[in-house]
Amino acid sequence: MIDVRALVVSYGAATALEHVTLSVGKGEMVALLGPNGAGKSTLANTLAGLLKPASGTVEVGGRLALIPEGRQLFPDLSVEDNLMLGGWRSGERDPSFVYELLPRLAEIRRRRAGVLSGGEQQMVAFGRALMSRPSVLVVDELSLGLAPNVVTDLAEHLAALNRSQGLTVLLIEQNARLAFDLCGRAYVLESSRIVAEGDCAELAEDPKVAGAYLGGAIT
Amino acid sequence: MSAFLTYLLNGLAVGCAIALIASGLVVIHRVTGVVNFAQGTFAVVAGLCMSSLLGLGLPHGASEVAAVLAATVAGLLTGLAAIGKPGVTPLSSLIVTLGVGVLAYAVEIVLWGDQPRSAPGLAGSVTVAGARIQTQYLLVIAVTALTFVALALFFGRTYLGKALTACASNPYAARVVGIDVRRMGLLAFALGGLLGGIAGVLVTPMRPISFDTDVTLIVNAFAAAVFGALTRPVVTLAGALVLGVAETMAAGYGYGSHQLEIALGLMIVVMIVQASRRTAISQEST
Ligand SMILES: Nc1ncnc2c1ncn2[C@@H]1O[C@H](COP(=O)(O)OP(=O)(O)OP(=O)(O)O)[C@@H](O)[C@H]1O
Ligand SMILES: [Mg+2]
Repeated sequence: MIDVRALVVSYGAATALEHVTLSVGKGEMVALLGPNGAGKSTLANTLAGLLKPASGTVEVGGRLALIPEGRQLFPDLSVEDNLMLGGWRSGERDPSFVYELLPRLAEIRRRRAGVLSGGEQQMVAFGRALMSRPSVLVVDELSLGLAPNVVTDLAEHLAALNRSQGLTVLLIEQNARLAFDLCGRAYVLESSRIVAEGDCAELAEDPKVAGAYLGGAIT
Repeated sequence: MSAFLTYLLNGLAVGCAIALIASGLVVIHRVTGVVNFAQGTFAVVAGLCMSSLLGLGLPHGASEVAAVLAATVAGLLTGLAAIGKPGVTPLSSLIVTLGVGVLAYAVEIVLWGDQPRSAPGLAGSVTVAGARIQTQYLLVIAVTALTFVALALFFGRTYLGKALTACASNPYAARVVGIDVRRMGLLAFALGGLLGGIAGVLVTPMRPISFDTDVTLIVNAFAAAVFGALTRPVVTLAGALVLGVAETMAAGYGYGSHQLEIALGLMIVVMIVQASRRTAISQEST
């Protein structure tokens, strides 16, 4: 579904991704871990077609939707308008299936997106991405700045969509526990390069990965 | 007293014309972040086209529509020059719009010469509460009211209008959902051309227009738009009406040569007040 080969992306003289190769199969949930500044969001934006590769190839089969880092809503527009604009590509103008999935959004549909709590904003960002009827969803930091129960809630929705509709997911996370719980495979990106990849179960055993991403390094 | 009322009504009409041009500035600035100094040019293009087309014997209605279309095309062309290339900053685009304005002088002088041109509008006058007002002035007020209602409906109710607002609200997010922000910017410029064109078609019968009338128009419109911080159409309308009335009163009571100074003076006062308010807010939040 996602096939990235030898991808190089740079901002002017600074290279943010160096020969990154990664793939996500149809219906798979794959995690991408990495410290701040590793290049994770750069990869997300490149997959969404917002950044041009300097070299290498990016192939995406089907419609890709991005839940960007920091939600990135339209603060001046209502929740409903935010959702409707999510349907720009798909032509979907009826958000009722999103309201069924996330009933809280139906309650706040008339509110301005800019005044919502972080959790509500992430729900809107999630719903807005679903409005494009995607077959691939890239989530850039689902858990960032959210209370654990909100994260669990959204993660459950994600897993349910993956099970019921075969939605392919690339989950970019700092919270490796969450990522390992949800995903089968994972990649680790550090200073612009993939430094580890494999089944989540194996990676969790890897002392370097566990130390850096499962909290071992703090002690 | 009836002289006062006449000046007031005339002033409102003048303010409406300013408001139409200012609304074009606001639309373009909101969507693209660019201050379009060629906005007055769109009105001039429409006014000159209209006078020529009427001179050629085209009937009223058709002439006005064609002139407004010409201004819309001028808006689109200005947009292509200003934001057509990806990655241009709003400041560079602003300078391009200044350049477009100057280039337009050359084109207009070649096509129409440098003498002011007029065009007949609605003839006759009506008496409102003892004050005489020309029918054309009433037409200006009515068309402006309709245009602002249409704009509010377009931006508030239609999907395309919301997509335009989205580009202004968060351009990155607009790209994330697949909106072509550059195309929307061009659409905003075309809309700016349309609004400027409507203004030009309405103004030309009130006061003759020549290639350099755009300076007066843009200074007034900019003053009104600054009033609404270049983003709020309704405040802009209010600002334009205040300006129009102030200038017409000044002219009516014998200070006609100082109209531009009044606009500039008001604009500077508003900018100073807004700047101090903004610093006050940012100081509070730190
Ligand atoms: N628009 C930009 N212009 C220039 N450099 C950028 C830009 N965006 C990101 N970078 C640089 O590219 C590198 C990778 O950034 P990126 O945002 O992809 O990292 P990240 O892994 O998402 O980090 P975080 O966990 O903090 O979100 C960083 O060094 C960053 O400074
Ligand atoms: Mg990031």
